[in-house]
Amino acid sequence: MTFDFAQNHFELFQLPILFALDNKQLDAQYRALQAEWHPDRFASGSDAERRLSLQASTQVNEAWQTLRSPVARARYLLALQGVDTQEETNTAMPMDFLMNQMIWREHIAEGKASQNVERLEELNSELREEMGALESELAQQLDVAQDFAAAALSVRKLRFMEKLDQEIGDAIESVLF
Amino acid sequence: MALLQISEPGMSAAPHQHRLAVGIDLGTTNSLVATVRSGSTACLPDSEGRTLLPSVVHYSASGVDAVGHKAQARQNADPANTIVSVKRFMGRGLKDIGDLATPYRFVEEPGMLKLHTAAGIKSPVEVSADILRTLKDRAEASLGGELVGAVITVPAYFDDAQRQATKDAAKLAGLNVLRLLNEPTAAAIAYGLDNGAEGTYVIYDLGGGTFDVSVLELTRGVFEVKATSGDSQLGGDDFDHRIHCWVLEQAGLSQLNAHDTRLLLTRAREAKEALTDHDVTHIAATLSDGQAIDVEFTVAQFQQLTAHLVQKTLTPVKKALRDAKITAADVNGVVLVGGATRMPHVRQAVETLFGQTPLTNLDPDKVVALGAAMQADVLAGNKGEDDWLLLDVIPLSLGLETMGDLVEKVIPRNSTIPTARAQEFTTFKDGQTAMAIHVLQGEREMVRDCRSLARFELRGIPPMVAGAARIRVTFQVDADGLLSVSAREMSSGIEASIAVKPSYGLGDDEIGRMLIDSMKHANDDMTQRKLAEARVDALSLLQATQNALALDGDLVDAEERAVIDAVLANLQQKMAADDADAIRITAEKLNEVTATFAARRMDAAVKRGLAGHKIGDL
Repeated sequence: MTFDFAQNHFELFQLPILFALDNKQLDAQYRALQAEWHPDRFASGSDAERRLSLQASTQVNEAWQTLRSPVARARYLLALQGVDTQEETNTAMPMDFLMNQMIWREHIAEGKASQNVERLEELNSELREEMGALESELAQQLDVAQDFAAAALSVRKLRFMEKLDQEIGDAIESVLF
Repeated sequence: MALLQISEPGMSAAPHQHRLAVGIDLGTTNSLVATVRSGSTACLPDSEGRTLLPSVVHYSASGVDAVGHKAQARQNADPANTIVSVKRFMGRGLKDIGDLATPYRFVEEPGMLKLHTAAGIKSPVEVSADILRTLKDRAEASLGGELVGAVITVPAYFDDAQRQATKDAAKLAGLNVLRLLNEPTAAAIAYGLDNGAEGTYVIYDLGGGTFDVSVLELTRGVFEVKATSGDSQLGGDDFDHRIHCWVLEQAGLSQLNAHDTRLLLTRAREAKEALTDHDVTHIAATLSDGQAIDVEFTVAQFQQLTAHLVQKTLTPVKKALRDAKITAADVNGVVLVGGATRMPHVRQAVETLFGQTPLTNLDPDKVVALGAAMQADVLAGNKGEDDWLLLDVIPLSLGLETMGDLVEKVIPRNSTIPTARAQEFTTFKDGQTAMAIHVLQGEREMVRDCRSLARFELRGIPPMVAGAARIRVTFQVDADGLLSVSAREMSSGIEASIAVKPSYGLGDDEIGRMLIDSMKHANDDMTQRKLAEARVDALSLLQATQNALALDGDLVDAEERAVIDAVLANLQQKMAADDADAIRITAEKLNEVTATFAARRMDAAVKRGLAGHKIGDL
């Protein structure tokens, strides 16, 4: 049994190194790989076999989680190109984007204060729509234009929006539960 | 490159030789053992034909006096030495169990409580092991041979300490644990395989002491858990407890002795069971002081008394649906598991929430054990190529304590296992050589609201300026849902690497032993990883140096250039070989010989940046 830990995630799933992704193919490959490497397959195996299967199965899960999330996938593609998305260090965001963030935050705070789950759900789907639009831009930036600096900015923007998404989710939970 | 090649001499079982494996449902109220024999799955009965083993152990001065029915028969006469519902104490401290009415004398211990019995102080792990041993003996007598292993089920919502305690109990009972399997997942296997189910299913599992809910996606031989939630301190026992309190109130009684508490709890359970098929029942008992209790108890009263408990189960259900990103309408079927789902108002609440009649065609007491037996059969290697695949998740987020008593999540809940995640930390004082690491489990932001799994100290960090050390902490969750944590310092040539199995109430010497053990194992698989990482790091340094030389080669003189080129060549050579340390040392050397060059480049860059600007502009 051999598992090539040096392969990148796309190679592991036998997918083209692109942002555009066939989710069905990803899931089918994921299941095929887990069917081969999951620790349940080696429960009666030797220590070495069990250890390798744990590492391989962990790697398959990690790769799957990275590829199925648009932000993580974009970040990973950029890393393959040697481009750091600078999500922790580069905080210079365009002014209109920051203004928009503030408005989002106000809306979420209002929805939370008034315990309005419907409003929060509405905000959530609006946000998801905006994120979807940004993801389409990413596909263009990464797969067509290969403008990695622009793509890195899109990733930073999506990171902000993911935080908003998380906040809305937390707000809904705090009202519901 | 980092290609792991392991070839094993024939480890697989001889063909057609059936390996004896069982599934064990270690329940709060009852436990069962099941196995697959000639293609069919069944629970194994005791010599009197009973499959349910009450999870009750009676201790006397000479040790274990009885387990199961015999022990249950002793509980009214000797409540303090008859341990029931021990599962509620697994991996739990005194403060966790609250004001649950019990006749026991507890011993407060760090991490997990213990119990005073006639046979001495017993930990919940030991009591559970006594139950498991009884089931193991039953299985071996019935199957006529030694077991190669067992799958033990645990509530999906069990945290790391509770899982670890269960695994320890199985080991103590002499069982080889093939896997800890989540109870709702086990039920899904039994139900799904029996009915050829496909689509999205919810398993609602209300047991004696725990509540679990799991959302699964079933597609052609794949059981994929999408989300799980629950309450590890909520079950049928709580309904008994409510009735018990109501009876006390009706009879105008306050505190009872251990004997009377047990007696009334037993009568309460009987009343609850009677109300499944009847609208009214009587609760009658004679207390030790001769006082007689006889009250009428109706379904309406029962439902009113316990409505909040039923409601309490619906919150985790809604949470699981949200986490799985679906609504109740997307669910193809709801499977009820656990004896407590026999209560009509529980069924009604589930039906109302999902808008469909729940599925109850499998015995809710047996379905978990049956599913565990099926999985045990596969794990023991008795199935061919066409077996199924199980993808389960971790129920609670794992994190680390950071500044300000906050918890930073490292692995979010509902991540598919096995999984690993690394997080990097740095020192905050010059010359700091040790760092405390506190591992927590839970969803809350503050340390005090989460369960503490382990605390350990990483020592031997090479003294550096604040912020220079890079400590990578890696969380690995295995297929049992058990966590191990390792930490190491990355930036120096010297590597400090340890692995800790977080557990309840570990003594210092135990931790010491574990550290030594884990170092041994960690070394094996780390060699490959270390090599791969050393190569990646060296490659980026190599490329950076070559780029810099191409751009600013005029900043070094011929002599310096010769030294750098020699080290570059040496590094390339080392990267082709398999010695990670040699790669690191040579990379360090390259760093050293290019230090002056780097400083000159910095100066040059600053000068370029300033050129053309007046002081006033800056």
